[in-house]
Amino acid sequence: MIPLYLVLWLPLAGVLLLALIPNHRLAGHINVAIAAATFAFSVWLAWDVLRTGPELSPDRLFYIDAFNVYLVALTAFVGLTTAIFSRPYMQHEVERGRVGPQRMRLYHAMYQGFLFAMLLALTTNNMGVLWVAMEAATLTTVLLVSLYRTPESVEAAWKYFILCGVGIAQALFGTVLLYFAAERRLGSDRGDTLLWSVLHNHAAQLDPAVLSIAFVFLLVGYGTKVGLVPLHNWLPDAHSEGPTPMSAVLSGLLLNVALYALVRVKMLVDGSLHTALAGHLMMGFGLLSFLVAVLFLHRQHDVKRMFSYSSIEHMGLMTFAFGIGGALATFAALLHMTVHSLTKSSIFVTVGHAAQLAGTQRIEHIRGLIHTQPAVGWGLLAGTLAIAGFPPFGVFMSEFLVLNATMKSWPWLTLPLLLGLAIAFAGLFRYVQPMVYGSPPPGQVRVRANMLPVAVHLALVLWLGLSIPLFLSHWFEQATRLISGSLPL
Amino acid sequence: MADNLTEWLFAALQTLLFIGGAPLLSGWIKRLKCHLQNRAAPSLLQPYRDLAKLFGKDVVLAQDASWIFRAAPYVVFGAIMLAASVVPLVAIPLPTAAIADVIVLVGFFALARFFQALAGMDIGTAFGGMGASREMTVASLAEPAMLMAVFTLTMTASTTNISVAIRHILDAGLVLRPSFLFALLSLAMVAVAETGRIPIDNPATHLELTMLHEATVLEYGARHLALIDWAGMIKLMIYAVLISNIFLPWGIARHLTFPAIALGIVAIIAKLALLAVLLALWETVLAKMRLFRVPQFLGFAFLLSLLGILTHVILETAV
Amino acid sequence: MHLTDLSLYSQGILVSAALVLFTSFVMLAQARIQPLIYAFAWQGALLSVTTALVALVSGHSHLYISALLTFGLKALLIPWMLYRLARRLNIQYDVETVSHPSLTLLAGAVLVVFCYYVALPVALLSALVTRNTIAVSMATVLLGMLLMITRRTAVAQVIGFMSIENGLFFAAVASTYGMPMIVELGVAFDVLVAAVLFGVFFFQIRSSIDSLDVDRLNRLSEKGE
Repeated sequence: MIPLYLVLWLPLAGVLLLALIPNHRLAGHINVAIAAATFAFSVWLAWDVLRTGPELSPDRLFYIDAFNVYLVALTAFVGLTTAIFSRPYMQHEVERGRVGPQRMRLYHAMYQGFLFAMLLALTTNNMGVLWVAMEAATLTTVLLVSLYRTPESVEAAWKYFILCGVGIAQALFGTVLLYFAAERRLGSDRGDTLLWSVLHNHAAQLDPAVLSIAFVFLLVGYGTKVGLVPLHNWLPDAHSEGPTPMSAVLSGLLLNVALYALVRVKMLVDGSLHTALAGHLMMGFGLLSFLVAVLFLHRQHDVKRMFSYSSIEHMGLMTFAFGIGGALATFAALLHMTVHSLTKSSIFVTVGHAAQLAGTQRIEHIRGLIHTQPAVGWGLLAGTLAIAGFPPFGVFMSEFLVLNATMKSWPWLTLPLLLGLAIAFAGLFRYVQPMVYGSPPPGQVRVRANMLPVAVHLALVLWLGLSIPLFLSHWFEQATRLISGSLPL
Repeated sequence: MADNLTEWLFAALQTLLFIGGAPLLSGWIKRLKCHLQNRAAPSLLQPYRDLAKLFGKDVVLAQDASWIFRAAPYVVFGAIMLAASVVPLVAIPLPTAAIADVIVLVGFFALARFFQALAGMDIGTAFGGMGASREMTVASLAEPAMLMAVFTLTMTASTTNISVAIRHILDAGLVLRPSFLFALLSLAMVAVAETGRIPIDNPATHLELTMLHEATVLEYGARHLALIDWAGMIKLMIYAVLISNIFLPWGIARHLTFPAIALGIVAIIAKLALLAVLLALWETVLAKMRLFRVPQFLGFAFLLSLLGILTHVILETAV
Repeated sequence: MHLTDLSLYSQGILVSAALVLFTSFVMLAQARIQPLIYAFAWQGALLSVTTALVALVSGHSHLYISALLTFGLKALLIPWMLYRLARRLNIQYDVETVSHPSLTLLAGAVLVVFCYYVALPVALLSALVTRNTIAVSMATVLLGMLLMITRRTAVAQVIGFMSIENGLFFAAVASTYGMPMIVELGVAFDVLVAAVLFGVFFFQIRSSIDSLDVDRLNRLSEKGE
């Protein structure tokens, strides 16, 4: 349990520390150091859990199993690489005069605050605290979205705040209903009936009628944060208007954690209902999000906005896969969560550099990256290939598995999925090709870019596509068994 | 049979008391308002004197007046008098209430208003037509609200008979019912609108552009005007009695014995006097609202009565 | 259990619950900023009265703490913050033009009926005194959402947001006599932070579009300029 507490308290201490440091250069370094330490402890934690199995903290406040521990490690890892990227990037933004030192203090403190909220949401055993942490994740990032104080960014932040706030309020109502159902069956004076471990053990006793109502509310609530259509409106705005490191962690982490919450709830509901209601709802919303986002990819003018629609697309695909249930689909969804998170954060990092290079996020003004700065050009190209599902990248692997699972249980649904993937591919390349290869506008100069995180992320995604390392597949299998009740393959 | 006869006799007496007492209530309200507004107050009996004076005058009719114009005051007064006869004033046993329930009561009001509007248009003056149209506008909005408020009551008591409903409420003792709170507020707002009080209409003005009720009776004089005025006073009293006896039924006589009736009379006088104080305060504090905001006011009354029904179903019914 | 069999305190719970619902409707109908803030404060106060009554009837003493917390936060602190912000932004006398006011109120009534049907299976399972108020609490949530949809000024939207929070708290009290203390404190903390952030946003929005009419926040869309 020691690594768990360290993983949680380090970012929290980081919030207080970074809020006190006025020097933003120093703060950038400290930010990286804390993120690195957090990642190291998360690896320790993961190693622990891998060896000894699920752990419940003595006060039963925290619960770690194969499902969330790999997300903890992933979150800490992306948190670290993004922190490494953010240091020089934000430095450059300060030099360009877009952000003052005072706001940099807020930025660094809230970066750690966001990581803390994410990790708390992942590790907590209490469904109520899960909600509190999800709301806290919104609260910590909302001021970062409006960091530049342009009218657009203020608008994006306001939309993000209001839509996510209202959305997630529904999830609290669902949580209340969950608590109600548990208290009815397990007695009201136990005081532990909101704990996931207790709920999961007694899921079969919970009242199905109440749980299905609760699930609808929870789906709407956490689904808003996942970015499911039609509750996705905040997502492209918040991703495109905030500073790029924020886009990377929002897309790579926040969406994952929201989906994690949804899957946890689905596990409870499935245990009680013994029908596929939850799965079907998730499949429906997932497929809808996937198709809508795919079509929207074609009418974009802002590069970050375009990739945020791609995030909606992939979140839809994951939700769909979790909805199918079954071992294969769940395994595929878990893998997809990992590779999407790695790929998408690397894309946002690259796009951030590209935007600094061109001085704008407008697609038609970003041209000839590969001529001006080959590293950025190649990075964007490789990232786009990976996210579009080209072999041998990991996204191909996971999408292939999703299609496989769909073919097995819902054969006719493979058609819209394949069609959607093709349309998404066309949409992405239609815009990315000229950005990478077009002729650069005169006077375009290189920027100081740190492409190391991108390279590491993409290398990992490539590796996952070629061969999944044994410990990881073992991990995924454990998680799959937890979620779907059976082993894949 | 003898019991039955006493009850009918009592019903007739009670109706007379209603009709006779109505001007007193109006006088009391007028007096209170004058005191509140630092004016010299007229005597409590002033409405009686006004009515007597009007009855003593010669009737002058407009050239174009048809029989409707002449018949309307009698119809109006008759309908309101019948309405008064079905509302329990001092005692619950009321044979008339069994014949005409609360929906008929609303019907009597509608009948009176219909003829008053007809009379307003009959002469063909601009003000009459305008007043009639405004009066009907207000009525079309107020009536649904009133019916809904009444339904809240009848849902609780499972009857539309006012006497039985009051007895039911009295039997239940002190029960806090959220639905009654809403119904009470709604009924009070409807009463204010229907009896032409502030902020819907100002009973003391003849300002041409703002008046509602007064515009339809501009052409009347002498005994016709007296009847219409008197009917208006009775109507105000009916609403006041309905509100006080349904929502605060304590003190009303359950049986026709002398001490019970005496207590009933004292109780209703106290309740009406108190209600009059509230009305006077309300009218002193508020200003008349623009005509175009009246629909909003009555819409809110309707909403309140709707909430009354909803809270009755949601909160008060055992699931 | 019939209404007449309940104790007066339990009936009081129902009455104050109904009044909470009523304040939601008042907020829907109220177009002026300052009375809107007052109505919100009243809702908070009534909610804390309800909670205290539930604590009295059920004997759950931790609900007294929740009631105090609600009173301090929802009836005093947040309304006071909103009021001060409205004064500083000089908008406290602003009147918003609400389109179709009666239609909005009717839609609210329809929402209440909808909530009744959704909450019925839940209420049927419950044995608590407060089970009938579950539908009311849900209606408070949805009416808060309706308020946010029908209004254009940032202040009114924030009040709608906070009123949703009120409804959620109410739901927890009505269906389970409150959430575990740690969750309740967490939620209260979130609400407090959200209130502060909203204050910050009022100034950001004002300085970016010179008004608090959030309908004018419409630059972001798929269209290119």
